[in-house]
Amino acid sequence: MDSDFFGQAFVYLIAAVLSVPIAKRLGLGSVLGYLIAGVIIGPFGLKLVGQEGADVMHFAEFGVVMMLFLVGLELQPDLLWRLRIPIVGLGGFHLLVTTSIVMAIGVLAGLSWKMALAIGLILPLSSTAIGVQTLNERGLMKTAGGQAAFSVLLFQAIAVIPILAFLPLLATDSSLSAALPSAILVSTEPASSGATLTGWQQTLMVIGTVGGIILAGKFLMRPIFRFIAATRLPEIFTATALLLVVGITLATQAAGLSPALGTFLAGVVLAESEYRHELMSNIEPFQGLLLGLFFISVGASIDFNLIMQQPLLILALVLGMAVIKSVVLVGLGQFFKLELLQGILFAFALVQGDEFAFVLFSFATQSHVLPAVTSGSLVAVVALSMMLSPLFMIAYEKFVQPRFAQRSPEREADEIDSNENAVIIAGFGRFGQIVGRLLMANGCSITVLDHSPDQIELLRRYGWKVFYGDASRIDLLHAAGAEQAKLLVVAIDEREKILQIVKQSRKHFPHLKIMARAIDRRHAYELIRRDVDIIQRETFGSALNMGVEALKLLGVRAYKAHRAALIFKQHDEEAMYDIAASEGDEAVVIARSRQLAEDLEQILQSDDRELIHDFDRAWDTSAPDR
Amino acid sequence: MSSHNSILVLFAHPVLEKSRINRSLLHSIHGLDAVTIHDLYEVYPDFHINVKREQELLVSHDIIVFQHPFYWYSSPALLKEWQDLVLEHGFAYGQEGVALQGRKLLSAITTGGSEPSYSRSGYNYFSLRELLTPFQQTAQLCGMEYLPPFVVHGTHQLRETQQIQQHAQDYQRAIVALRDNLIHWEKLQTCQYFNQALDQVIQPGVSHHG
Ligand SMILES: Cc1cc2nc3c(=O)[nH]c(=O)nc-3n(C[C@H](O)[C@H](O)[C@H](O)COP(=O)(O)O)c2cc1C
Repeated sequence: MDSDFFGQAFVYLIAAVLSVPIAKRLGLGSVLGYLIAGVIIGPFGLKLVGQEGADVMHFAEFGVVMMLFLVGLELQPDLLWRLRIPIVGLGGFHLLVTTSIVMAIGVLAGLSWKMALAIGLILPLSSTAIGVQTLNERGLMKTAGGQAAFSVLLFQAIAVIPILAFLPLLATDSSLSAALPSAILVSTEPASSGATLTGWQQTLMVIGTVGGIILAGKFLMRPIFRFIAATRLPEIFTATALLLVVGITLATQAAGLSPALGTFLAGVVLAESEYRHELMSNIEPFQGLLLGLFFISVGASIDFNLIMQQPLLILALVLGMAVIKSVVLVGLGQFFKLELLQGILFAFALVQGDEFAFVLFSFATQSHVLPAVTSGSLVAVVALSMMLSPLFMIAYEKFVQPRFAQRSPEREADEIDSNENAVIIAGFGRFGQIVGRLLMANGCSITVLDHSPDQIELLRRYGWKVFYGDASRIDLLHAAGAEQAKLLVVAIDEREKILQIVKQSRKHFPHLKIMARAIDRRHAYELIRRDVDIIQRETFGSALNMGVEALKLLGVRAYKAHRAALIFKQHDEEAMYDIAASEGDEAVVIARSRQLAEDLEQILQSDDRELIHDFDRAWDTSAPDR
Repeated sequence: MSSHNSILVLFAHPVLEKSRINRSLLHSIHGLDAVTIHDLYEVYPDFHINVKREQELLVSHDIIVFQHPFYWYSSPALLKEWQDLVLEHGFAYGQEGVALQGRKLLSAITTGGSEPSYSRSGYNYFSLRELLTPFQQTAQLCGMEYLPPFVVHGTHQLRETQQIQQHAQDYQRAIVALRDNLIHWEKLQTCQYFNQALDQVIQPGVSHHG
């Protein structure tokens, strides 16, 4: 079993490692890469994975749950609140209209209305995993179209639960009790517990769980994370984060709720906490891997035998579904005052079928709503449509966008961008606080990271939004929005760590302007060599000010002292850059320092204004020596 | 009219340590009663002017003096910055800007150029009064009376301490007379310069220094 496990792992990993980079290179996006990898290793390709692919898929669905947790973390409650109209409006209308159309077609094609309705409820759903992944990957998530698409996906994540409860009512033979699909995505409890729990008990359970998640997220989790963070054991923090997601999954399942929805909710609640970025960076790798695994297993599960039996029908269904959805979505976009370009993006991001559909179709079969053959074909349709979505996005980028770019270059802007800030400050002690306060006072929004839980607790009490995390970890900077940020201020007080952060962020976020606190001169040289944009020696400014005050007390005019300090600063900094460039050759350093001292003395003692004074006579023709 | 005026001297010299003339002038009025000397370059070396405090100072004095060397036909930069910031709308001008109304403004200026050089036939072409019109009009807009300026010309030719001392004494006399209200105001307004005929514009009175 062990060797089998490793063999399996090897197959999946190598499929991902080989195909995804190639797919990305070709501009196809990672989702398509995974799906193709799945097809290749699947039963209709190299036959490296077989029947157990389905189990892998069920396990990997957990990636979707994690993804929604992360999506929740990105969304602060006020942002969610602002999206309430698109969520209900766009999401609701979309489902209503497409369901009716699909149902009508189904009935016309000779299906019973119950079957047609079941199909109509399931087919229009769009995959959150693919939608979010492709939008994020192409940086389109924060555009108006991206946000609209996200709203619809969110609505569907909620809608799955009532649909699930509703499906068994459509059974052609309701005397047969449904066998239950085991899936992580959607809880199956309501059907089974319907027998033991009455309706209102069920309702109470749901309210209790949702309330529990919100209350625990608000009041319980922060002290727990604080306690864990204080141990300074990163892996325990990761374990806690995973425990949280798994725990919510179990709790929501027990309550008959969708775990995806539960973790999403938890994410939103925790989005306001200081552990937001740390949680993101901890869960992200798991999510990424599991989601990849999920896509591969979807690819592997496509039943080409079934498709080959009726290729035209399946193809027609795939394309027909995509067309119906696109038309409805573009129309909705227009109705909700989206620009046409954004409307098209909105539609194209949602053409794919939904991973929930796999679960729902098998559930529908087991509930005797749909015959197995029909479900099988429809599952194939959904899987194929998932391959369609990345292609649509490519079409969007290659053909649609350029046309619009010419016409209205200026309004590609994103409206809901307030989520991540332009400035990240790493380290919020004596140094970082001053920088931060100045920026805040000027209306700049900043993201602050610090790795002392006690310090954070204190700062939070003073109303500062500080996040827990070690800024020398690239994934954390990533979670803090380094991709979108303009500026990184490294203000921690550990020499080595500063260098490390600078080096890492130069490499991973080349667009980022980096400002760093230099502990002393030597440290400054190293920072200069690492190409930091702005360097401030931590004590230089205040010592210089002290020097100015000393000069004044000695009777030097304030303006002269002030200028002397500025001249001193300028020369000292020039010398600092010179010496840094000399790569630490000690002879050069010493010579340069000597010269600096001499130059300075000369400059400061011969006041540069004296030169001007010699020209006094210029204003007087009658002066004797002119 | 009250018998005494309080005087605010806004002094602007970036290199006072090198100054000969302004230093003597300033010295001569140092410590006079009811005369506040406000050394702008010393107080605001970084040009960060405390506007509120400056406005309070203005309001609490009757006569304002701009004392400075003539630099590029105008004042040193800090005094210009001072005007830009302190003479705010709503304070010095505009509908509600009446804070300075009725006050007097005097320019006390030292120039490198001689008196004849400030004429059509001279090197500087314009008369000093012409060149000072921005100050005059600024005063006017703020509802202040602009007095004929106190001027020391040709600073470079003032080699003898004695000559400089004479100007310093005149300056002191002028300031004290302004303070003690011993000025023939009508006569003064007919003068080009405040100090062209001090004996005529200043009423004989008890001259007390301090
Ligand atoms: C930057 C600068 C600009 C000057 N511009 C003028 C000018 O425009 N007209 C003039 O007559 N003298 C000009 N001078 C000469 C000064 O007015 C003169 O040096 C000053 O009044 C001497 O007074 P002090 O000894 O108090 O410095 C200028 C001097 C400097 C340094």
